[in-house]
Amino acid sequence: MTAQTVLFLIFSGVMLLAALRVITARNPVHAVLFLVLAFFSAACLWMLLQAEFLAIALVLVYVGAVMVLFLFVVMMLDINIDRLREGLWKHLWAGGIVAALIVLQMWLVLSQPRWNTLTEPGPGIANANNIELLGRLTFTEYVFPLQIAGALLLVAIIAAISLTLRGRKDTKRQDPSQQVKVHRADRVRLVNLPSDEGARQTRKG
Amino acid sequence: MVSLSWYLGVGALLFAISVIGIFLNRRNLIVLLMAIELMLLAVNINFIAFSHYLGDYHGQVFVFFILTVAAAESAIGLALLVVLFRNLATINVEELDSLKG
Repeated sequence: MTAQTVLFLIFSGVMLLAALRVITARNPVHAVLFLVLAFFSAACLWMLLQAEFLAIALVLVYVGAVMVLFLFVVMMLDINIDRLREGLWKHLWAGGIVAALIVLQMWLVLSQPRWNTLTEPGPGIANANNIELLGRLTFTEYVFPLQIAGALLLVAIIAAISLTLRGRKDTKRQDPSQQVKVHRADRVRLVNLPSDEGARQTRKG
Repeated sequence: MVSLSWYLGVGALLFAISVIGIFLNRRNLIVLLMAIELMLLAVNINFIAFSHYLGDYHGQVFVFFILTVAAAESAIGLALLVVLFRNLATINVEELDSLKG
């Protein structure tokens, strides 16, 4: 039982328990916090696999940005959690069968000696400079997908802003489609004013 | 010693947990989005485990791009959720039935 095995068992155990709590927590804020814990444990697992850059990137980018975004949204929404949790366990049997099939198929594959016997890291991993080699690969062979990923992030920013943007209320803009949709009833209202028949007009008014 | 199959098993278990999560929480949009994030995490674990044990860095580059796409997708998904909540005051999937025939 080396230290690495113990650490692997601790991190993966915490991660799987946190994932279970994500899907069963009653309070959505608790669910997001358990998701943060799951991602943090996964980052520790990746550290064990000597992928340091991606482990830190997971914590900084995913936990630090995306999970914080989830927390903002969850705290902003006023949710009636009881209605959402009606019949929560009703479909556990179907989900359980599908999940059991997935795990069974994976176990059948993973018990082959081909995967079982790989216990040492591959050639070139053990003493490698992870960031340097990852950078070399990203900026030479994968530079085009990198640029596309940047453009994709830009599109995501524009999409998220244009979906949720509420315009300023104090500007006087015209919206031709709203102007065309107007009915007479929205603009004209006929009022019946009884005439004052006994009144007389004098010079003084 | 920890072999490759242990890491792949952990990834498979995490994927199965998120599938169960989708089956259980079929009404709650937020938990659905979180289950999708867990699925992506399971796939990433698989990629990095293979990259480590086969000595090939292409797996880690792929995880880099999966992280990018997953972040973009959750940002847009949450923006949609916020706009939905503004208009309908609910995140219950069953109440999205105005196109029902």
